[in-house]
Amino acid sequence: MNTNVKPVIDIRNLKVYFYVKAGTVKAVDGVTLAIEPGVKLGLVGESGSGKTTMALALMRMVRPPATIEGELFLDGVDILKLSEEEMRRVRLSELAMIPQGAMNSLNPVMRIRDQILDGMIDHGVRMSRSEANQKVEELLDIVELPKKVARMYPHELSGGMKQRVCVAIAISMRPKVLIADEPTSALDVVIQRQVMETITRLVKNLNLSMILIGHDMGLMAQSVDRIAVMYPGKLMEVGDVRDIFAEPLHPYTQALINSLPVLGKRGVFNGIPGVPPSVINPGPGCPFNDRCPKVIEGLCIQKMPPFREIKPGRWVACHLYEGVN
Amino acid sequence: MAPIIEMRNVTKVFGGPIGSPKATVALDDFSFAVDSDFPHIITIAGESGSGKTTMMMLILAFYEPSAGQILYNGKDIWKKMSRQETMDYRRNVQAVFQDPFAVYNPFYKVDNLLSIPIKNFRLARTKDETQALMESALRRVGLRPEETLGRYPHQLSGGQRQRIAVARALILQPKLLIADEPVSMVDASLRATLLQHIRDMNQELRIPILYITHDLTTAYHVSDYIVVLYRGGVMEAGDVERVIRDPKHPYTQLLVNSIPWPDPNHLWGEAAEAKRAGTAVLAGCRFADRCPHAFDLCWKEKPELYRTNGSQVAACFLYQSNDKLERKDLGTLFIKK
Repeated sequence: MNTNVKPVIDIRNLKVYFYVKAGTVKAVDGVTLAIEPGVKLGLVGESGSGKTTMALALMRMVRPPATIEGELFLDGVDILKLSEEEMRRVRLSELAMIPQGAMNSLNPVMRIRDQILDGMIDHGVRMSRSEANQKVEELLDIVELPKKVARMYPHELSGGMKQRVCVAIAISMRPKVLIADEPTSALDVVIQRQVMETITRLVKNLNLSMILIGHDMGLMAQSVDRIAVMYPGKLMEVGDVRDIFAEPLHPYTQALINSLPVLGKRGVFNGIPGVPPSVINPGPGCPFNDRCPKVIEGLCIQKMPPFREIKPGRWVACHLYEGVN
Repeated sequence: MAPIIEMRNVTKVFGGPIGSPKATVALDDFSFAVDSDFPHIITIAGESGSGKTTMMMLILAFYEPSAGQILYNGKDIWKKMSRQETMDYRRNVQAVFQDPFAVYNPFYKVDNLLSIPIKNFRLARTKDETQALMESALRRVGLRPEETLGRYPHQLSGGQRQRIAVARALILQPKLLIADEPVSMVDASLRATLLQHIRDMNQELRIPILYITHDLTTAYHVSDYIVVLYRGGVMEAGDVERVIRDPKHPYTQLLVNSIPWPDPNHLWGEAAEAKRAGTAVLAGCRFADRCPHAFDLCWKEKPELYRTNGSQVAACFLYQSNDKLERKDLGTLFIKK
């Protein structure tokens, strides 16, 4: 990783809180993360770890009374300080999202052509009818769909095809950053692989940065450059994908990677005992302290370890690496 | 040989009678047997539309086969059975379903799910006995009864709920357990634990398990044998280690090469697929339109099951010079002498 390159996304101490009867839900609690141009980052975590909230916060789609605090730089501009109208223009044109369950996010009574053009027209792109048709064809071609799809309705398409339409919409204005929230979670392995290969090819050709959100470590290993591991509300570890798999540092990452099925070790199951903690009024310590095999009595439960860069490009939040420089 | 469940040339079509152009063939001339003397875990793998859920619904008698027979202990489950036999069948063939949210009634405490089978099958005479049964079943799946009983489903996590569903099946001490994607909606860190419980149950209580999934990584991990289905027909079957490591059928090869192994040094292999998909295959092999090796014969005739070695068969003409295994004898593949 080249540290001299200016990050395209620079998140500093991001906090997203929801307020419910039982207390404060600290869904994202102090996340710091930077993404360089052209890098594919995988954000992994279990359900309830705050990964989808992170994605929504990046798009600034968390509504009051929920609060977003911190700084969120997109190409040097803090988007948390933009007006609502300015932010609306940033979405899709600079920061686009493939939502979770994208297959159900298409409008069932609109032709694919019109859904692809909808966002562009709304963002002030002026096109003649023939230019628009040409643009739709070009986008469908990029995501490897036949031209005839333009005239179809979503119910006429398979899951994989609908997913590709969502990808086409997301890249229609050549954004700088693509956020993909579990883009293939409902697809079969063969289709999943085809869609994922299309997405990674696009990211490379258009030189985008991508944040791929998911819980499938297998998919991450196949398609991203860097991995950020989340555990309720906090980042536990960030590093290059090969380093994370070869030498996980945080005990949670270690347990997670140890629990994965790999070829050659049949019938060996290493689950992580216990359950993830609640994010309602969390304690002051590390969220993993009650499940951690390397817990330091009296310290981990009292104090959240700082999230530090312990070597270039490798960040970890764990008291075990406190002294490491 | 004493198969607990046997499917003989079972066909299931939806939307019309067999042979009608409108009908969808969900399962086509499928034969299979599970032997209780050899309590293996057998994976039924396939993508959506392959017929794997149809097969489960048929075994559980939720669907009636369009043709063929399903036998429980040698008796056709769709012929008249005495009440005693029906109860016996209902008790001994148990299932754990995919969605750990949908199997619970949100208005009842989770105890309900456990106590109903105890009541229905009169497994306990007193309340204390009922309680003891529920507690021991919960402990077996690694739950603490005092933290589980008396709660409502929404107070428990998906992993806990799924474990209670396994505990429910355990209480009945079934002779066959069918697990339909039991871990697909459970988090990664709990997945391994749940699979471990299923494996333990299989080995300690000697219950044969049908593990139905599209996830070949967990299938490889948990099961002994695997049957790969595609559009209602068997493509390949055999010892899981062999099938995953050395798949013979071009479809299985495509599937195995598409597995996202959680290892950056083991990337996706070559995806060999012909781009003729969509061409109707009426008479021949179901996979012919996508197969990179398809030749004339594949479009004309359905391949038999050919042995590729002692414990593996593939329905593919590439192996037509090998010995045949009759379709109805597929179950014999899963018996280790």
